[in-house]
Amino acid sequence: MSQATMSSGQTYKPGEHPSLPPPSSVKGPIAWAKENLFGSITNTLLTLLALYFLYKIIPALAQWMYVDAVFTGESRNDCRAQAPGACWAFIGSRLKLFIYGFYPEPERWRVNLSAVLLILALIPVLFDNVPHRGKALIYSCVYPLIAAWLLVGGFGLTRVPTDQFGGLMLNVVIGVTGIVFSLPIGICLALGRRSNLPIIRILSVSFIEFIRGVPLITLLFVAAVMLSYFVPPGTNFDLLVRMLIMVTLFASGYMAEVIRGGLQAIPRGQYEAADAMGLKYWQSMRLIVLPQALKISIPGIVNTFIGLYKDTTLVIVIGRLDILGIGNSSLADSKWQGLSTEVYVFVAVFFFISCFLMSRYSLYLEKKLHSGH
Amino acid sequence: MTTTVAKAGAGTVSEPNALLTLWRNRKARSVIIQVFTMAVLFSFLAYIINNAVLNLQALGKTFSFDFLNEPASYDINQTLIDYTSRSTHGRAMLVGILNTALVAFCGIIAATILGFLFGVIRLSNNWIAAKLVYVFVEVTRNVPLLLHIFLIHGIVIHTMPGAKNAINIGDVIFLSNRGMTIPKPIFGDGITFTVVAIAVAIAAIIALWRWAKKVQEATGKIYPVLSFSLAIFIGLPLIVFFASGSPLTWEVPKLGRFNLRGGLVAIPEFLALWLALSLYTAAFISEIVRAGIMAINKGQWEAASALGVKRSWTLRLVIIPQALRVIIPPLASQYLNLTKNSSLAIAIGYMDIVATIGGISLMQTGKEMETMIIVLFIYLCFSLTISSFMNWYNKRIALVER
Repeated sequence: MSQATMSSGQTYKPGEHPSLPPPSSVKGPIAWAKENLFGSITNTLLTLLALYFLYKIIPALAQWMYVDAVFTGESRNDCRAQAPGACWAFIGSRLKLFIYGFYPEPERWRVNLSAVLLILALIPVLFDNVPHRGKALIYSCVYPLIAAWLLVGGFGLTRVPTDQFGGLMLNVVIGVTGIVFSLPIGICLALGRRSNLPIIRILSVSFIEFIRGVPLITLLFVAAVMLSYFVPPGTNFDLLVRMLIMVTLFASGYMAEVIRGGLQAIPRGQYEAADAMGLKYWQSMRLIVLPQALKISIPGIVNTFIGLYKDTTLVIVIGRLDILGIGNSSLADSKWQGLSTEVYVFVAVFFFISCFLMSRYSLYLEKKLHSGH
Repeated sequence: MTTTVAKAGAGTVSEPNALLTLWRNRKARSVIIQVFTMAVLFSFLAYIINNAVLNLQALGKTFSFDFLNEPASYDINQTLIDYTSRSTHGRAMLVGILNTALVAFCGIIAATILGFLFGVIRLSNNWIAAKLVYVFVEVTRNVPLLLHIFLIHGIVIHTMPGAKNAINIGDVIFLSNRGMTIPKPIFGDGITFTVVAIAVAIAAIIALWRWAKKVQEATGKIYPVLSFSLAIFIGLPLIVFFASGSPLTWEVPKLGRFNLRGGLVAIPEFLALWLALSLYTAAFISEIVRAGIMAINKGQWEAASALGVKRSWTLRLVIIPQALRVIIPPLASQYLNLTKNSSLAIAIGYMDIVATIGGISLMQTGKEMETMIIVLFIYLCFSLTISSFMNWYNKRIALVER
């Protein structure tokens, strides 16, 4: 008789003994810690270092952000009199400015409405199991026009000068416009780069390489100081439009490379099959190649959008106040001086949440596309 | 009568037919499309250049780069070469280029080291360290770089103590709201010998590597190349240095009554930009490194150990060469991004190319066209240099397929 049956006092027929739990040195929290935290000397040192870091950072951060923080107050001194932590009252008092910028108060429903419409327009683009997706996509294509009309005005709505655009709204306007208009341009550039016609190819390659070789800031400077030289004398066009043109061109250079990756991933047989069917170039692109290539490129397009969305904060260097610019300029208020950390942390948390969600979506999409093959 | 009508009719019908046949001919069509594209492009260029000329005339401006020889009359807070406010705009541009190059160079080095470190930690089986790095990477990647720069600049400027109570690290390095002060090397006359010795040592090491590789390929005999080259690299310059009478002294910063004196000062703007660029890019590089190492098939490890190759050799001879092939192309684009992102310097007043020639010089001279063309051109040069170097390196380590 074996040891186990002796101890439990039961007898089993040969081969029917129930499996014993693995010993604690192989499985369970202790074994896990031994394996994953204290496996070797370097590992142990690393663990201790990490724990020490957490011990130093977490309590101090919690203290500053929540325990000692002040949520209501009239000025910085008011905050400091209550507690030494973060002064969130400042953010609270400026929240509307952070979102709408200087958009006139009575017209702000237009911003809200276009935000709601934007979300509705995004649903059919992002999820492919929406009912009536085809019709909904037409609405998504028309949406930029509706939003432009709502935000700028005219045709029955009060006109809002574009220099009153600001805050988060400006970030979203620039980011969305850049990505929407860069998509068709990017497709053309990507096709041009893979074209058989040498001149078309050279032009596409030099445009893409130029755009990718210079920083966005310099292009924004070009928009601010140089672009108005290239229009006929006497005409004057809006700084926001000039900025949008440059941002669109910038994004289309990156978009072209993302789509080129998608085009290259399509097996050669697809191109050859399209040729064999007697389809012309544009027919084969429109019906066979691009639908497949664009589908593969969506994660890359989302990543490009994340990058562009983060880069919209750069408009600050040509004097436009986006969400970060509003934060920066409100620091000049003598009532609230010296609260830069609060402002930056608030804006950082905001960007982190939105960009993190977008990158999760892109990962989800990548996984979904991957399983298809 | 009827014949002429028929002829005329035939003529009008055959003309579009000829065009159509021309259009249906593949070669002819491609020529037509390209000529048409060029024509559209050139007329567009002619149009905007004409507009620019008219606009410049209307404003009474000329298009010339002569302003580069005029005095700049503004100060720059960090100059690597001699510069005063009486120097020319051209000189200011040079200072700006050097400042961009400095922050890009330091940033690339720091970002590479940190990025590889973080990437390896994320792959290690230490759960807590891997998770900690994961959180760091996600937070850093998903926040705009400009915000990082502002935040670090704000911390250096507002929360560091004044120069009087600077944080003292071993009486050598001082941290204050004026930046970081480190000892400044002062080179004596004989330093050239040491520099030459370093160059000779590097050349000797390369020759040693080549020779050792040849011997190994021919006979299979392995020499301890690494320890030999370390000995050459440290030993030779050191011997020459002492033989030439130690021509190097350090100017250690001293904490005076009110201020720090002496030493080499890294200004807060440089520190903020450098740290922000390095951390931001390191987050991206760590992901690239992680993906590169994960892309190597597990079978490679197993095959190497089946052949009896030591674990440390497996990493060096089998895994890393293959991982580098995956890592290098995206790494190159990260280096490019870092260099381009250094243009955010203008937001905190670090005087790089954009801030000098594209900022203050532009304001003072009103030469928007010329200055912007210079700035764009310089960035293109930077980008092309880095990408051609990385392409060369990539080609060198690329898989030779038969």
